[in-house]
Amino acid sequence: MVRFSSSSGTLCDMNVVVCVKQIPDPADPGALDPETRTLKRDIKLILDESDSYGVEMGLQLVDAAGEGEVTLVSMAPNNEMSGLRTALAMGAAGAVLVSDEALAGSDALSTAKVLAAAIRRYEPDLVLTATESSDGYTGTVPVQVAELLGLPSVTFGKEIEVSGGTATVRRQTEAGYDEVECPLPAVVSVTAGVVEPRYPSFKGIMAAKNKPVEELDLAGLGIDPATVGWAGARQEITEITEAPAREAGEIIHDEGDAHERILAFLDDLKVL
Amino acid sequence: MGISKIWVFGEATEAGATASTLEMLTKARDLADTVEVVMSGDAASVAGPLGAHGATTVHTIGDIEGALAGPRVASAIAGAVEAGSGPDILLCATSYDGRDVAGRLSARIDRPVITNVVDLAVDGDRLLGSEPVFGGTTDVTTGFTDDGLAIFLVRPKSFAAEESGGGLADVAELAVGDLGNTGAATVRERFVEESSGPKLDEAAVVVSGGRGLGDPEKYEMIESLAKLVKGAPGASRAVVDAGWVPYSYQVGQTGKVVKPTVYLACGISGATQHLVGMKGSANIIAINKDEEAPIFGVADLGIVGDVHKVLPKLIEALQARG
Repeated sequence: MVRFSSSSGTLCDMNVVVCVKQIPDPADPGALDPETRTLKRDIKLILDESDSYGVEMGLQLVDAAGEGEVTLVSMAPNNEMSGLRTALAMGAAGAVLVSDEALAGSDALSTAKVLAAAIRRYEPDLVLTATESSDGYTGTVPVQVAELLGLPSVTFGKEIEVSGGTATVRRQTEAGYDEVECPLPAVVSVTAGVVEPRYPSFKGIMAAKNKPVEELDLAGLGIDPATVGWAGARQEITEITEAPAREAGEIIHDEGDAHERILAFLDDLKVL
Repeated sequence: MGISKIWVFGEATEAGATASTLEMLTKARDLADTVEVVMSGDAASVAGPLGAHGATTVHTIGDIEGALAGPRVASAIAGAVEAGSGPDILLCATSYDGRDVAGRLSARIDRPVITNVVDLAVDGDRLLGSEPVFGGTTDVTTGFTDDGLAIFLVRPKSFAAEESGGGLADVAELAVGDLGNTGAATVRERFVEESSGPKLDEAAVVVSGGRGLGDPEKYEMIESLAKLVKGAPGASRAVVDAGWVPYSYQVGQTGKVVKPTVYLACGISGATQHLVGMKGSANIIAINKDEEAPIFGVADLGIVGDVHKVLPKLIEALQARG
């Protein structure tokens, strides 16, 4: 949920950068490239659904502020853009896409270095991210970006309210949630399901085709290729093994009495 | 050869040290000569249980008065590393604050993090971490190729917590470094969302609902069933993303890992994302109308049927028992 209020009652400018990742369709199971031991990425990429919540939240915050825009920042191999177009169709004003052969093999820290360098060009009021990507799911990129930018961060945000240069974020905790106050600019990661991402309209989809996407490489960002990708990895996969499979048990078709089988199963285990 | 010093990022609630802190300590003492804890807050109150699980010293940055732990603890560890008094290895739980500490420190001292680790093993003088991928069908083992602090994010419930017979851990103060603006976020108020039953990751029985329930109102069946079996309600990512229940209900790769005595999956197809979070359950019951659903591949008892027919009868039968 998003709320925006201004102490002076006038509209204020709110510029939001949303970090988005384009990933292989999760419905299409992945595989490891036996040569490079990284995820094969030879299929079409889509917008990570986890990121659609940040895009929606950014759009709502800008809308509530009355002025400003949402800019997307993404890193992808081969200048892949199809996922970005989805977020542009939702209403983001433009995007920065970083692609470079030297980024192959990038881990979370390399990714954060690239995103931080791209974000720095925009000096946004707020940077929004998902809590973790659906494919890599390291969950460290949001705070790594924040640290590299020297910004405060609030992770696992469920709700954001912006007022007079301060964000109040409901942060998920084990026991419930904390209400966290954070001066802007800041990085906030948002959990899934907190807002309902809009479906791109036909008009939005058509407009997205002409929205600006700035394409950059490492040189354009001033990043030394030796510090990212395989060159900056400083880690190696030593072994890939097949995990022991769990054996399937008994499968029955419900004839109206399946609940009795479940009860008997629970009784046997003495958990009731 | 071997590893000389491991630090575990310690987390505590009013109830004491968290289970994942004690799990990591238990494993760490098999891996290194010295095991210590780094944390924020009142270390003296948890020095007993931390010591009993293998920590000899607890380094604390003291009371942070509502500030977030991440940037502060990370800067303190960075200071210790710079001064040469830091550890070889840092273990953090895949928790809300654990990820903040690992991520902040990683960027601050330019060290990568090995994440989602479910097992750790010594290889010469380095540590290797194993991570399940592709829904837990494949294990990938990773290690660092250079010297320098090795940071691992460890998934809860990867190890069993056991006491070592160690005594009270010493408490030492650790200084927080320069934070600039990074530490500016502060907690204004804490809200506890009351739930009457056991916690999702501690319950003996977990009842989870998925997209097959059809609409959000039907999730009430999961809540009532969980209550009747004194279990905890859980959910697949699909229904969390759809906003039916909060993120804290999510079982899976991007949610909680659960290992209950019984896991009851209702209307959940069993996407790899979900299987990773519940495959370790002792017993699995699945109800799904699609005979081909992958969830049946891991179920001990699979019911091919309609959750809207089976669950009301199950609830009624349990209610009749009182």
